[in-house]
Amino acid sequence: MTSFLERARADIGTPPIAAVQSGARRFQTHRLTAVAEYEAMDDMRDRARAIRLHTLANLDRYLGQFSDAVVANGGSVFFAADATEANDYITRVATDRGVRRIVKAKSMLTEEIHLNDALERHGLEVIETDLGELIVQLSGDKPSHIIAPVLHKTRFEVGELFRDQMDVPYTDDPEELNAIAREYLRHRFLTADMGISGVNVAVASTGSICLVTNEGNGRLSTTAPRIHVAVMGMERIVPSVGDLGVILEVLARSATGQKLSSYTNILTGPRRPGEPDGPDELHVVIVDNGRSDVLAGSTSEILACIRCGACLNACPVYKVVGGHAYGTTYQGPVGAALTPSLFDLEEWADLPYASTLCGACLEVCPVRIDIPRLLLEQRRRAVDAKVGPMWMKRPLQFYASIATHPRRFRRLLSVGNLFGRLVRSGWITKLPWRGAAWTDTRDLKAPGRSFHARWRRRGT
Amino acid sequence: MAQLFVTCLVDAFAPQVGDAVVDLLEHLDIPVEFPEDQTCCGQPAFNAGFHREARRMAVHTIRVLDATEGPIVVPSGSCADMIIHHIPELVGDDAPLHEAAARVAARTRELTTYLVEDLGVEHTGATGDGTCTVHHSCHGLRNLGIKDQPEHLIDAVDGLERVELEDATECCGFGGLFALEMPDVSAAMLSKKLDAIEATGADTVVGGDISCLMHIAGGLHRRGSTVEARHIAEILDP
Repeated sequence: MTSFLERARADIGTPPIAAVQSGARRFQTHRLTAVAEYEAMDDMRDRARAIRLHTLANLDRYLGQFSDAVVANGGSVFFAADATEANDYITRVATDRGVRRIVKAKSMLTEEIHLNDALERHGLEVIETDLGELIVQLSGDKPSHIIAPVLHKTRFEVGELFRDQMDVPYTDDPEELNAIAREYLRHRFLTADMGISGVNVAVASTGSICLVTNEGNGRLSTTAPRIHVAVMGMERIVPSVGDLGVILEVLARSATGQKLSSYTNILTGPRRPGEPDGPDELHVVIVDNGRSDVLAGSTSEILACIRCGACLNACPVYKVVGGHAYGTTYQGPVGAALTPSLFDLEEWADLPYASTLCGACLEVCPVRIDIPRLLLEQRRRAVDAKVGPMWMKRPLQFYASIATHPRRFRRLLSVGNLFGRLVRSGWITKLPWRGAAWTDTRDLKAPGRSFHARWRRRGT
Repeated sequence: MAQLFVTCLVDAFAPQVGDAVVDLLEHLDIPVEFPEDQTCCGQPAFNAGFHREARRMAVHTIRVLDATEGPIVVPSGSCADMIIHHIPELVGDDAPLHEAAARVAARTRELTTYLVEDLGVEHTGATGDGTCTVHHSCHGLRNLGIKDQPEHLIDAVDGLERVELEDATECCGFGGLFALEMPDVSAAMLSKKLDAIEATGADTVVGGDISCLMHIAGGLHRRGSTVEARHIAEILDP
């Protein structure tokens, strides 16, 4: 597999990154405005954090409560230990019930477990109904942002895509493009046998599922077809409806700068006798897929994440490399902090190094996850497992052996000064070995007479 | 009386910053001591995940500084943050060492915070000319709340005009060993920062951390820019 740096290199400075940059900036501005207008924001962030951490500390209890409540409401619950179990279950539900066409609302988790591939292997037709996800699906692309999958695409590209894939005249007018997608999806919604959605927040006490969308496709996907399958990560839960309220106060504000997203659906069980709408069957698939290990480890705080994407928008690294460089379902700071714990540490060990630890992510996180601390912890884990940037080991050991002996340290400073004097211009423009990584794009001021030496000269 | 922890980067690459801090404090009638056994706080190794190596340097730093008295003044938000927030955790459970780290952390002050919040300095008596803009280094800004202090002090410098930098709080892409481990990413971030700096028309960019300033200065020099990168101590030195 390629490395983060290789993937980043391929994308830096390209038009998609320019699109990401302006999109992320727009989100940032909207978030700042929304936060400024909402006096209780800081308080709500504290409360949201407390709720999430409390839930994680008592996750087994709340999952049990949630599961019982779903069943009491007439739904079914399936606990999937991993992606395969989840995909097998959902495929079985579909094939057992003669499902042919499936509409999907946006779900990061189904990206994580590659559900679409599994369903399509069984001859099932899967249609993404979130506009961004539909564009991703039609173009064979990957999402580049947690909440805005096609942040890297321009409306011109979408116009060309729709023209080629949907047999419509080219337009790059956003409203017209929207209307085209609406037209394309409408009869598919009405003829689908199954709807699959993610879960933004599940409520333990009532067995409810909350879906947050801006397009109404979540509402249609979960109520029009006769079967609704909701897929959720096992951490995506809060104790009560009141707690859900707190999460909703911070979620949309942090994500898009909205007070609430356009559609906030709370679904409690399948259609009851006498009710006009809703599915005949509700299946809730609760997926572990590595989360139990994360919960038991030193980076469990990342499971408090409510997937708003604010850390991506704030991240100066994300803004120059975009989402694809991360190579995983979850991009940006949250992805870098989560992925090496959720999946194979060795495979993803370079992600936590894709950060300057600037702290912009922590500054905006609605649940105040200390992502820089988690990235430091992931780096420690990587080094301890000898899968980090091990080229640094010898230089750092050497430096430590010098910096723990003041005389040696002063000698190193003198040697630096001698070398520095050889550089006539005062600027080093070419360094060997790993130093070239610096001088390829930057000069380095040559070392001079050290402060240690100057202090001695002061004669104090 | 103040102890100067000059930081290894200033020591080797920008010793004039150390001189400026000493002159500035002495001008304010604060005698300065320089514990000569000081070396490096261990941050580069710590941030890279090499805790063993980082801990060795951190323990050395704590031993040297704990043997002194008075506030420990650091002309770097990043190294001050390391000493204040990370070293006490890094040295671990060894009780005497942990207590020493906590004592040192409690005495450690970033330069402009020390000047404004502890000494109540409003202006240092420095004069200047031309136009400057300020880059806020990340660790000082977000982990120690350093933003207004340097701006107030700079605004009080006679003859020096300060103009706002767009995205002044966005990282310059240095990130310690990040600059070597992810060079293309680092360079792309730096390029945005340099564009913003040059767009201000200022002749000087001022910062509180020589690490970021080395990065910015190196980028400016490579571009052939005439903008100078200077540490705030040099600007405030009367």
